Amino acid sequence: MTAAATPALRTQARYLAWRSVIRTMRTPIVIVPPLVFPLFLLAINASGLSAATNIPGFPTSSYLAFALAFPFMQGSIFATNTAGTNIAEDIGNGFFNRLALTPMSGPSLLAGQLTGVLLIGSLQAVAFLAAGLAAGATLQSGVLGAFVLFALSLSIAAAFGAVGLFAGLRTGSSEAVQGLFPLMFILLFLSSASLPRDLISSDWFRTVATINPVSYLIEGLRSLVIVGWDPEALGLAFGIAAAIFVVALGLATLALRDRMVRT
Amino acid sequence: MEASNGIQVEGLVREFKDVRAVDGIDLQVRPGEIYGFLGPNGAGKSTTVHMLTTLLPPTAGAARVGGYDILRDGAAVRDVIGVALQDAALDQLLTGREHMKLQGGLHGLSSQDITERGNGLLERVGLSEAADRRVGTYSGGMKRRLDLALALIHSPRLLFLDEPTTGLDVQSRAALWDEVSGLAHRDGVTVFLTTQYLEEADSLADRVGIIHQGKLVAEGTPAALKAQIGRPTLEAVPADSAQIERLEGILSRFGDPLPVTNGSAAVRLSDGTEELTNVVRGLDSEGIKVADLQVHAPTLDDVFLAKTGRSLEGARQEADTGEHETVNA
Repeated sequence: MTAAATPALRTQARYLAWRSVIRTMRTPIVIVPPLVFPLFLLAINASGLSAATNIPGFPTSSYLAFALAFPFMQGSIFATNTAGTNIAEDIGNGFFNRLALTPMSGPSLLAGQLTGVLLIGSLQAVAFLAAGLAAGATLQSGVLGAFVLFALSLSIAAAFGAVGLFAGLRTGSSEAVQGLFPLMFILLFLSSASLPRDLISSDWFRTVATINPVSYLIEGLRSLVIVGWDPEALGLAFGIAAAIFVVALGLATLALRDRMVRT
Repeated sequence: MEASNGIQVEGLVREFKDVRAVDGIDLQVRPGEIYGFLGPNGAGKSTTVHMLTTLLPPTAGAARVGGYDILRDGAAVRDVIGVALQDAALDQLLTGREHMKLQGGLHGLSSQDITERGNGLLERVGLSEAADRRVGTYSGGMKRRLDLALALIHSPRLLFLDEPTTGLDVQSRAALWDEVSGLAHRDGVTVFLTTQYLEEADSLADRVGIIHQGKLVAEGTPAALKAQIGRPTLEAVPADSAQIERLEGILSRFGDPLPVTNGSAAVRLSDGTEELTNVVRGLDSEGIKVADLQVHAPTLDDVFLAKTGRSLEGARQEADTGEHETVNA
């Protein structure tokens, strides 16, 4: 009997991605909350905070359009949870050892896990955009802007998914990963999600929102809805998403190396 | 490098902080044999398997598996081994067939090979009908059988099974024994099997290594190990438990006393079963009535007892209430 040849990295990644997608599709609790909760909060914000558009200098007359970026961002935070919990569960129940005993490479594992996250991100992006447009929002950047919005949304989901992978690999505990969830929400609420930064009256809040990278991610998404084409906002948003992704993936790779101590 | 189906281990050590889980093990497993690694929980069995399967670097020592050095040629070792670890870690959301696809794909098999070989293995372990059900619905025995089939998907030359029958009912255990025996004796696969069951080691293994507190304390064929002990043991339960010390005193005239835990006294008979008549006469003359009197041929538990000073069952209970396998901690 002879063993098979070691498969190429892309082949390994394809199989791991396939597993990630199957797991995702068979776990309604992973799909439904990231779709429903952000839309629920969008509905509350759009109806309850509509008077904010009367503030002088508010950038749009539709709070729905202003708030549409919020669910995209909130959905991406769910990506942290999904990616981190999946890998932590694999570590906890020994499936990680099963994978480590195959010729699987570290990068293919990370790529495969992120694929499931991107699948949910894609569903979210389509659902949020469709819900926003159906509720009366218009996309100032047009049809092409919808594709860019889609791309930015997936970039942010990948970035936060990588954060989740790092947390899951470092701790090996799904509880620890879920502990990140409230912290991410604090980051979301301490950003320019509800008001433009220049209209935040409290100095400390405005300062925090200004140094909070989540503000720039939201502002990039929002610019496509209410402004049209704002190269600076888009550049910052894509740049920050890429930076988070690169740093988090680097840390996840190091954590994976420590975790997978096979000789 | 010449490939071999054997395993050679020299001075293997693994320490966890101040615990020496594996303490200088030397052993050789010949190609095509079933080697039973017997010991209670916490003895160092799983830690040894984790090192030999490249999942855990040793603190010291060396080992070659399938002709490859576990430290320098980890990837080559993983190519030639199949492994079923203690907990049969499976994805509850995937079906049996999907597990085959994932495992075969990661080992580089073509889609056609995965289908053909996967179907054949599922058939062989009796899971064809359940192959498209999610593993979350499988019984413990089905999970173990799937785990074994997965370990074989890439046609390994060596197979590591870490307590493959723990928790299984008698029927499932017998089915797994048949399969493992066939793999070694029909297909020539070398099997390294850890177990805490004496019966399993006795009936399945060609050779047995007994591990206790990280050290290999005995090694050989089950028959040879039992022959080392040679003499039968006599175990008696007094009708009146208050007479246990007197009973022990009388029995000790006929051989070496053995430690027991269940209100009985035992002795390894110096002159074999020929002494039985004298034992009965001695008990009668001292007026000691016995509720039960049994003669036991030597077992692997006797070997364990002789080598470690305690029975495997007692050591297992002790481990279950306190010490656990360090690698799982």
